Amino acid sequence: MSIDAPVKVTPPARKITTKPRVSDQIFRAIVTTFSFSALLILSLIALFLLSKGFTTLKEQGFGFITNFEWSVFVDENGVEKATFGLQAMLLGTLVISIIALVIAVPLSVLTALFLTFYAPDRVKRILVTIIDLMAAFPSILYGLWGFFVLMPMAEYWAKLIHKWLGWIYIFDVPDPIYTRSPFIAGLVLSVMIIPIITSVSREVFSQTPLDRIQAAYALGATKWGMIRAVVLPFGAGGVVGGSMLGLGRAFGETVAVFSVLNIVFRTNFQILFTQGGNVASMIIQKWGEAGPSEVSALMAAGLVLFILTLLVNFLANYVVTKTVKSGR
Amino acid sequence: MSQVNYTNQNGKLMSDQPKNTTPSSLSDVASKRAESKVAGTQPLGTGLEARGVHAWFDKHHALEDVSLDFSAGTVTALIGPSGCGKSTFIRTLNRMHEFIPHTSMAGQVLLDGKDIYESGIDVTKIRLQIGMVFQKPNPFPSMTIGENVLSGLKLAQLKVDNQEDLLEECLTRAGLWTEVKDRLGAHAGGLSGGQQQRLCIARALAVKPKVLLMDEPCSALDPGSTLRIEETISQLSKSMTIVIVTHNMQQAARVSDYTAFFLSDGGPGQMIEVGPTNEIFSRPRDERTENYVTGRFG
Repeated sequence: MSIDAPVKVTPPARKITTKPRVSDQIFRAIVTTFSFSALLILSLIALFLLSKGFTTLKEQGFGFITNFEWSVFVDENGVEKATFGLQAMLLGTLVISIIALVIAVPLSVLTALFLTFYAPDRVKRILVTIIDLMAAFPSILYGLWGFFVLMPMAEYWAKLIHKWLGWIYIFDVPDPIYTRSPFIAGLVLSVMIIPIITSVSREVFSQTPLDRIQAAYALGATKWGMIRAVVLPFGAGGVVGGSMLGLGRAFGETVAVFSVLNIVFRTNFQILFTQGGNVASMIIQKWGEAGPSEVSALMAAGLVLFILTLLVNFLANYVVTKTVKSGR
Repeated sequence: MSQVNYTNQNGKLMSDQPKNTTPSSLSDVASKRAESKVAGTQPLGTGLEARGVHAWFDKHHALEDVSLDFSAGTVTALIGPSGCGKSTFIRTLNRMHEFIPHTSMAGQVLLDGKDIYESGIDVTKIRLQIGMVFQKPNPFPSMTIGENVLSGLKLAQLKVDNQEDLLEECLTRAGLWTEVKDRLGAHAGGLSGGQQQRLCIARALAVKPKVLLMDEPCSALDPGSTLRIEETISQLSKSMTIVIVTHNMQQAARVSDYTAFFLSDGGPGQMIEVGPTNEIFSRPRDERTENYVTGRFG
């Protein structure tokens, strides 16, 4: 009998399964159903918009996004001729939303820093309540306030900006009419999205690890130095995420923008001039007197807005995961 | 505190006290440490002094009447069971205590004879002179290794002519240079726990503090990293004053010149006894100290 060298046998990986209890299975079924119902409703809305707007999308093709004309007329023979193009509205939506972000993000971040690191407890409690209330405020009230209170003031600001910065194209105007401009709509929107961005930023700032804050202070940092070295890198992802949430609201905002914007189907980047576009507001403006073909076009516009919002959200997610990694 | 056993040039113990009257491993270690210690060769100021320090959290009296003198160029270990106020005490020494809301303190902390709690004093300047290393390594994860070391300069808006040299000097003194010199641009999060802690030491050194406070710097580390950090402390003690809180009595015996024993009997924490480390571990004056260092409680 010879002695064999010991052979190493690596066993195949075992398959590990567990059988959950019935109660657990039931609970699992319930949570699964409810979480998928949100997805289901979302896709049904998209499907509905697609089916209603399909005629328009087929007739107008890619021009639906790139044209800026929106007209329906019936010729002598009773044949309807329609051109639907969203370009002015889409770009208008972007312009207004970007104006809103440019104003709201710095204000919100500074507010959040104040609330987290400077405000005394009592002031903080009161301010947080007020800001949360702002988020829940009905948008028509923002619209009315924007129209009656903000617009007269903003008209003056717009004139000032035009006077000093008019040599820059976007601050120039073809005619001296400054009311109901993208600038004013952006201002109103910024007030509406400040609470969202502030509360998300405040949340992430307050989660800054204490040991890192202490490390900065122990190195002789001033408060502002500590915030710059520790809090802002840590909270950057959250600020971007909050801004994107705000952007989502800005894209979809209808009534408030409708009250303070002169909706014109012409692409306009001169933000102080009384001419702008906004998909959601345009839908509500045209809705009342739209014929069947125009209703289809409005539905298609809704679908485009829907997709745009989805895209922004995906982008936000991507940016957040990218920036969060470096700061944490 | 003039009793510390400094050696002369020949390495002969200058103290006339008999060595190791009660032989125990801890006092052996402490004596060895005392023998190897050579008096600082450069003037280091008059050091740090706590006078009648009390500390409160809200109404809770956490620390009662602690007076301690940290001579320049010495290492002092603060030992004692959990909750005895030693961490609170060390945090009063560079005004980190006041960062916890609703805290207060009484007494004086003198750095080179000047009260650091004096009204109108710039607290950031105080913390530049009294650096701190924390229990948990806390490098800034968004910065690279090099940026971490120099972060204190940036935070305090100090200018240095030769950053490269300072970087190498601090990392060398913290015992980390050889391990990281080829990846100074890498993010600090990729280092091991022990390396991160030494990075934090290097970061504290970059602003050239006179005093370094260490709050249980090795409690989150493995024995190997602990050893490296203790070597680092021994190196540093030649040029600065070090105060270290530790739960590890072996460590206190290995690294410190003086040891202070803190205890709370349910009330506020008090300092029971302070003395040269080898005496605290060989013949403490107080029975409670003896019970603690011999492992009868704590």
